[in-house]
Amino acid sequence: MAFEKRIRVTVNGRAFERSVEPRLLLSDFLRETLDLTGTHVGCEHGVCGACTLLMNGDSVRSCLTLAVQADGAEIITVEGHGKAGEFSPAQEAFHACHALQCGFCTPGMLATVVDALRKLPLDSEAEVREALAGNLCRCTGYQHIVDAVLTINTKEEGIS
Amino acid sequence: MKPAPFDYAAPAHLDEALAILARTENAKVIAGGQSLMPMLNFRLVRPDLLVDISRIAALRGITGRGRGMSISAMTSHHAVHTSPLVKEHFPIISEAMGHVAHLAIRNRGTIGGSISHADPAAEWPMLACLLDAKIHLAGPTGTRTLDAQAFFHGAMTTALAPDEVLTKVDLPALPRHTRHAFDEVALRTGDYAIVAAGVLLSVGGSPLTGGKRILDARIALTGVGEMPIRMRDAEALLKGQKAIDDQLIERVACLVRDGIQPSSDLRASADFRRELSFSLTKRLVKSAWEQRSQS
Repeated sequence: MAFEKRIRVTVNGRAFERSVEPRLLLSDFLRETLDLTGTHVGCEHGVCGACTLLMNGDSVRSCLTLAVQADGAEIITVEGHGKAGEFSPAQEAFHACHALQCGFCTPGMLATVVDALRKLPLDSEAEVREALAGNLCRCTGYQHIVDAVLTINTKEEGIS
Repeated sequence: MKPAPFDYAAPAHLDEALAILARTENAKVIAGGQSLMPMLNFRLVRPDLLVDISRIAALRGITGRGRGMSISAMTSHHAVHTSPLVKEHFPIISEAMGHVAHLAIRNRGTIGGSISHADPAAEWPMLACLLDAKIHLAGPTGTRTLDAQAFFHGAMTTALAPDEVLTKVDLPALPRHTRHAFDEVALRTGDYAIVAAGVLLSVGGSPLTGGKRILDARIALTGVGEMPIRMRDAEALLKGQKAIDDQLIERVACLVRDGIQPSSDLRASADFRRELSFSLTKRLVKSAWEQRSQS
């Protein structure tokens, strides 16, 4: 294919090197090239938040990021939260509070929550709702997700 | 919803980026991509080459100059939002950054990208006009600097040439004792504003010069036309005033309402935008006036 570029990325601690078309979205790179389908694709223009993941520690929309732009980056998708048989603090809170139903928004929600725990005040319900405002959920009515975030008292990263 | 094919370059130096732009037809600069990527996904923009300037280290950072500052183009909204220097000298910017989309967008979106994109509802173009920012552009034949008001030509249309890169935005120091207020009305938290407004009131003077008065007043709005607008008539009415009462605020807000020509779209009618501008102005002028000066 014309214009292919070689990129190196670390995804959930594992190094990958692949040739990609510049127009390939990071979300599609993960799903189609690396078969990591935990990153969900909703609106593909940055509105729904479903594809949000952690890139170099920051939450980013993977549909608004090209795979070539992730060259050299460290990425954590939902598959990288927690360990086998052990939830991360954020996952544990979501589980305990029934903060998901169909689960489509959950990978993006978790990435948003992990980043927001480090960067935003999340002490009040209003602050939590504002932090979650960029992630759409069509099942829960958000209440249980808000409850879950309010139970995570740690300001640590909450991934592992 | 996938971009049309394009080639990609991510130069490490500005000179290299400018050289690529100079020799390539239909190239497009990408900064944080938070406005450009949706347009690429929708195929509203179909460049032959994308020049990614995010690897140019010299284009990142905030530098203080006295009480003024210079913000390099690739500085993210989040970096500006959390900068102690910005909060100290331009608290109105810190406040406005909290209204820019969501954390994930603020992590990647940049001041240079937002100003180059010139969305008629975005915060940065309005702040640039309010703060009399100087926009620095680099091109194949050198650099040039434009006043914010001269930089914006219309909705998503600016003075930036296809072979130029916006490199930094200089913010001249505000007068001492400047009070501020900023707010916007959006359908949901983080959405583009239907109307946003910013007010700066600089208060000074001594008993020798007749007591304290408003030495400088600035009002800017966005979402009410093709580009951000400074309300010069309303500003003139505030300048020189020793005190502000409800009657004066009403007159100022009327000048704002009657001085704009908003249009209707899916989010709001022109009339609603006029009313929002009126009530936002009233609220913000009052709130800025009542704010105790920080310095």
